[in-house]
Amino acid sequence: MSQQTKGPNLLQENVGVLKSRMGTFYPGSHVIFRGHDLHTDLKDMDWVELYVFGITNRRFSKEQLRLMHSIWTYTSYPDVRLWNNRVAALAGSSRSTGNLGVAAALAVSEASIYGRGIDMRAIDFLIRTRQQVDEGADLTGCIRQELDIHRSIAGYGRPLINGDERNQHMLALAQSLGLNQGPYLRLALSIEETLFSGRWRMKMNYAGLVAALIADIGFSPREYYLFLFPAFLAGMQPCYIEASDRPEGSLYPIPCADILYEGESRRAWTK
Amino acid sequence: MSTTEKPHTIRTRIWHEDAESDNPFATRAAYCRGYDVYGGMLGHARWVEMLYLLFRNEAPSAVQADLLEALAVALANPGPRDASVHAAMCGGVCGSTAASSLMAALAVGAGQLAGGHEIFLAMEGWDECGTDLDAWRQRHARPDVASGSIWPKSEHAPGFDPHGVSTATSVKQTLACLAGFDCGKYLPWLQQNLSALEKSADCPLALSGVAAAAFADLGFTPDQGEMLHLLLRLPGAAAHALEQRPLGYKNFPFGTVELENESTGEPA
Repeated sequence: MSQQTKGPNLLQENVGVLKSRMGTFYPGSHVIFRGHDLHTDLKDMDWVELYVFGITNRRFSKEQLRLMHSIWTYTSYPDVRLWNNRVAALAGSSRSTGNLGVAAALAVSEASIYGRGIDMRAIDFLIRTRQQVDEGADLTGCIRQELDIHRSIAGYGRPLINGDERNQHMLALAQSLGLNQGPYLRLALSIEETLFSGRWRMKMNYAGLVAALIADIGFSPREYYLFLFPAFLAGMQPCYIEASDRPEGSLYPIPCADILYEGESRRAWTK
Repeated sequence: MSTTEKPHTIRTRIWHEDAESDNPFATRAAYCRGYDVYGGMLGHARWVEMLYLLFRNEAPSAVQADLLEALAVALANPGPRDASVHAAMCGGVCGSTAASSLMAALAVGAGQLAGGHEIFLAMEGWDECGTDLDAWRQRHARPDVASGSIWPKSEHAPGFDPHGVSTATSVKQTLACLAGFDCGKYLPWLQQNLSALEKSADCPLALSGVAAAAFADLGFTPDQGEMLHLLLRLPGAAAHALEQRPLGYKNFPFGTVELENESTGEPA
């Protein structure tokens, strides 16, 4: 396909044509996954290894894969109050299917205050800031500039509480794996020190820490975004199951009186 | 996290319900923006009036309701060539659940090529540029720097067709019809300045561009326009998904993948 082709000619060139660098399956025979036979060449990969290979076309060390596993493990909370988990649970309570509930719960996980929205901002901030600091910029100035633009720093502070129970465990694991010496983690810790000792009093949260660790492994923002998709997944099914096992409709029942109406007074429809 | 004294309450300016005397969870009367839905609106209000009322604080005028209804007809079915309807049919053709077919249509139809986020961006354009042609030219010339976003960078001017040659007749018919309601300043201005805007965007107007102008003329915000566009395109997706179910996957395009070379995986 010519890169210069435009308009309907571009579409016409692709009618009935499916070209892929990623793979295909030959029914009854074999499957090609990024140039490799899935059932012979890749058969011993564990699932996370295959998942990140599919995203990046790169292989990772045992230590890096261990870290990636734990990034998901440490943030899988079976707490029905969390907004994405609640979607899965409400699907169970409403007797919808598990797939629909969990798929919707994952979809809402790219929120602006948690999940993919903040993850993308966090890694973008770290990459931009490292570049600016490498070019001689002052770190405090970079932080002030980010606060001026966004009124917050992605990866620092937290919606519910300032502090993150996951970070000490993830930092300890990164240290044990020898993955705590990268430039992005050093930068992220310097930012935390600046923010916490300054008037902002913000600590690094899990999004900031994981963005730094994964940037040090060499992921691009898009690779990072796709890698994190199942991050909350393991906490969702328990929420669905528990709500499904209880009487239908008994999760978050809301009596009429608990709707706090703040709108227009009663009026007649005259059309 | 609720911070009210009663932690289980939900705040809303849209909806209020009175409970039956024998059951605090059963609805005796429901009020939308103050109007009695089942006791006053039902049988008298049009679907588009209810739709408008839900998003705005007031009922639409007659001409606003007419414009919204005409727009809803124009958007109801993007047709089976559209990617969002294709996605819904992928659900229908293999017997996936009804909801998953609509979720598929929403996910694909949410994007920046004919989708909901394109409406959002195009409506931001109306907010920023209004009827100032030079402002539109500057906006179209400005590169998208959407770093740190879950959305990919825009690859064309929102509201215009990157694969188009000239304005499609269906787009011109929709623009002429909707501008004819004379319900705001954007649609007529778009019609009058179409050639200059298309030149600025370097491609012809798309149906999404007409829809964005119509939503803006109706007073909707970009967030509301995005949501309504997602909603109003679902009927066609639903109908086409159901139609494909009995036809089955053997009668639906599958094709053959031609593998291109890819270098083998490298260590990180």
